[in-house]
Amino acid sequence: MNALEAESIEIIREAVATARNPVMMYSIGKDSSVMLHLARKAFYPAPPPFPLLHIDTGWKFRAMYAHRDRMVAESGMKLITHVNPEGLAAGVGPFSHGSNYHTDVMKTQALKQALDAHGFDMVFGGARRDEEKSRAKERVFSFRAPGHRWDPKAQRPELWSLYNTRIKPDETIRAFPISNWTELDIWQYIHAEGIPIVPLYLAAERPVVQRGGQWIMVDDERFPFAEGEQAVIRRVRFRTLGCWPLTAAIESDADTLEAVIAETFNARSSERQGRLIDSDVPGSMEKKKQEGYF
Amino acid sequence: MGILHAKDIASYLENQRNKETLRFITCGSVDDGKSTLIGRLLFESKCIFDDQLQALESDSRRYGTQGEKMDLALLVDGLQAEREQGITIDVAYRFFATDRRRYIVADTPGHEQYTRNMATGASTADLAVILIDARKGVLTQTRRHSRIVALMGIRHVLLAVNKMDLVDFDQATFDRIVADYREFAAGFEFSAIQAIPLSGLDGDNVLLHSARMPWYDGPTLMEYLDTVDIGSGAAARQGAFRMPVQWVNRPNLDFRGFCGRIAEGELRPGDTVRVLPSGVQTRIKAILAGFDEVPHAQSGDSVTVTLADEVDASRGDVLVASDNPPEVADQFEAKLLWMAEHSMSPGRQYLLKLACSEVTATITEIKHREDVNTGARLAAKVLGLNEIATVNLSTSAPLVFEPYGVNRRMGGFILIDKLTFETVGAGMIEFALRRASNIHWQALELNKAARAAQKHQSARCVWFTGLSGSGKSTIANLLEKRLHAAGKHTYLLDGDNVRHGLNRDLGFTEADRVENIRRVAEVAKLMVDAGLIVLVSFISPFRNERRMARDMFAEGEFVEVFVDTPLDECERRDVKGLYAKARSGNLKNFTGIDSPYEAPENPEVHLRTAGQAPETGMDQLFDALD
Repeated sequence: MNALEAESIEIIREAVATARNPVMMYSIGKDSSVMLHLARKAFYPAPPPFPLLHIDTGWKFRAMYAHRDRMVAESGMKLITHVNPEGLAAGVGPFSHGSNYHTDVMKTQALKQALDAHGFDMVFGGARRDEEKSRAKERVFSFRAPGHRWDPKAQRPELWSLYNTRIKPDETIRAFPISNWTELDIWQYIHAEGIPIVPLYLAAERPVVQRGGQWIMVDDERFPFAEGEQAVIRRVRFRTLGCWPLTAAIESDADTLEAVIAETFNARSSERQGRLIDSDVPGSMEKKKQEGYF
Repeated sequence: MGILHAKDIASYLENQRNKETLRFITCGSVDDGKSTLIGRLLFESKCIFDDQLQALESDSRRYGTQGEKMDLALLVDGLQAEREQGITIDVAYRFFATDRRRYIVADTPGHEQYTRNMATGASTADLAVILIDARKGVLTQTRRHSRIVALMGIRHVLLAVNKMDLVDFDQATFDRIVADYREFAAGFEFSAIQAIPLSGLDGDNVLLHSARMPWYDGPTLMEYLDTVDIGSGAAARQGAFRMPVQWVNRPNLDFRGFCGRIAEGELRPGDTVRVLPSGVQTRIKAILAGFDEVPHAQSGDSVTVTLADEVDASRGDVLVASDNPPEVADQFEAKLLWMAEHSMSPGRQYLLKLACSEVTATITEIKHREDVNTGARLAAKVLGLNEIATVNLSTSAPLVFEPYGVNRRMGGFILIDKLTFETVGAGMIEFALRRASNIHWQALELNKAARAAQKHQSARCVWFTGLSGSGKSTIANLLEKRLHAAGKHTYLLDGDNVRHGLNRDLGFTEADRVENIRRVAEVAKLMVDAGLIVLVSFISPFRNERRMARDMFAEGEFVEVFVDTPLDECERRDVKGLYAKARSGNLKNFTGIDSPYEAPENPEVHLRTAGQAPETGMDQLFDALD
């Protein structure tokens, strides 16, 4: 645990020491929470010398917004929130436009807009190599060509802990300080360090609807019930958090961190199973990454 | 691993905290069953989830090579292009855990064209699993993999003799392969070699002992990984204290913390330390690990330390044990692995990054290249992709270092191209050629400015670049006459003339062209130091070398003049008949014909000569120089 933490702190400091204008993606989830905690440790007693960036799709769980505001106040860091204005004006949402279009416009495009507008050259992300096959090959410092394109063939070899962070104007780097953490490591660290998390990770009775074999929580009044469909109350929790219509809940009694760790340890399905955007076509994550998705 | 209950969580977490992480690399090609073996490890250690298994079943039907069986290799072959081609072309990192240890596996391709990928994976590994196909025995590629593993400083080898099912689990076959390997590996500094006969496809001797090989009584693969004593942690702790300063934390006037990851040794408040290279001595006031002050920190920890005195230290400096400091030098012998498509020529400048230091470095000599398959020493003038050599290099500023064999963090470096910023090489310092402290520049009372002032001029290097026949020399000659008439002290260095004398030993290969420019730039530098206005008229086709020349001069001193004449116009003029010779194949490596010309991107002066008298270009230039 100690070695993982030391490595992540080293990566965060290296990125900041060599970047012109760094920023940390803050998605409010458990990985973001751990990354933020590590950044605060890396620069203590100073606050981390960069802002947080939240790409808001307008469809996050209400509990996530509350948690975000609390953590920003606690860390003393600046928060930049960006919503794709065209997407917002066109009323883009996952129910009306489908998950692919929604994700592209409200996440991928919105992210590029925000990065371009502020001229960030070093962007921290909370991706882990154990999450998905194409991420197992991701660099700690992932190089992006102008236009934020990810070219798997143009990535730089990373030897030892020597990171080449040199870039030309218009090129950017995504830095992944928790690359070598597993889902279980994340939970253990949250437990050991007492890191605050969104309560949705713990089981509680919540209103859900079954769609395509998955439990979708009814988080606000925008849920489009089908004829005769209604919410049922189930004891559920979430393994990952994103846009609520695209994030499936699992039935669970794990209402404490200890129980969540036990459940994660015993789990028979991977956490990204609850992500509805990954499974449409083979290699779908890889394609999204080439377009600029995290 | 069994089922975990919430009530047992406290003891489980306690156990987790103390778990060691073992990083290993798997070497072998797809044909050796490497991906299948890793897939087997993940599968058997229950690190494969149901939905991944489902995806695997559907992938197996689509891309699999195992007929009705699940193709475990597909679990690890990440990028889609690789899945479709059935090869592994990058480094993938895999994670699994047992009750004893956490594992990070670097899965790398085995073919010769992926030597750099294997070196990357090996750079962070403590142990190497080298796969051998039992049907084939020790092959050239086995030797290559072992050589790279040894080069990167791995001391523990697990020889996995795979596909035992295809040789009827025959003990004699296994014994013969192991004997062959031990004989070959005797020349390397491996501290342990453990050989295990197994079948990744069926799982024999992976987790459980195989009933089909009762003659083998050693550990299974997993048993060995779980119990092998790497000992690297202890050795690093026992060394003398070294911490490269990564970041200086200065939130307010009252706090000045030096952040970094301890590369070697231990630290306690009150310890006496030195800041290198300056050598200033002070004591450790406090050690911060995260939010807490701690009484002790050791190798591998990321900490922030405060010092008892107000000493000057910044990123790239190294805090070291004051009674046992490392060497500081600017000339080294090192092993170098070249990782770029574009070859390495001695004399060219690169950025070198070692720990937190970045300096400019030049390979001064390739002592010999090493054949990665046989280990034979070969002569070499340039170094190509995936080639390994022993080289001498010199750096623009002194580096605090340890030999790579002593400490990877203080002895491993990367080279970065100055123009494209690609990572082009990885090196391991063997030893310093001489201590930097022995070099003393003669302190001179009279300087460049004084000499130039005596001549009522500013010293300059006016560098003409352009194709052969573009008019460089003509314009340079005119300019020199004009400057001379104006009472200036000048000198003209012309490509052809210098090649008759100083550079008589050089030809026209890329490596020779680099050296040609380096010498001329050095001569020009001395002349500028003498206060002269030096005109250099050289084709100088490569951006890198012009950049190298530029970097030798002070800001504003170097004036790059691009004599821009289209190729067809130069060829039409063909004053020396060289284009005709090159076109007919009688002149090799001729710029513009079979050797590239890289036009300047931002020259100080851009002369377009088409349809213009040389005098016009000279006037334009004379005005620009004023």
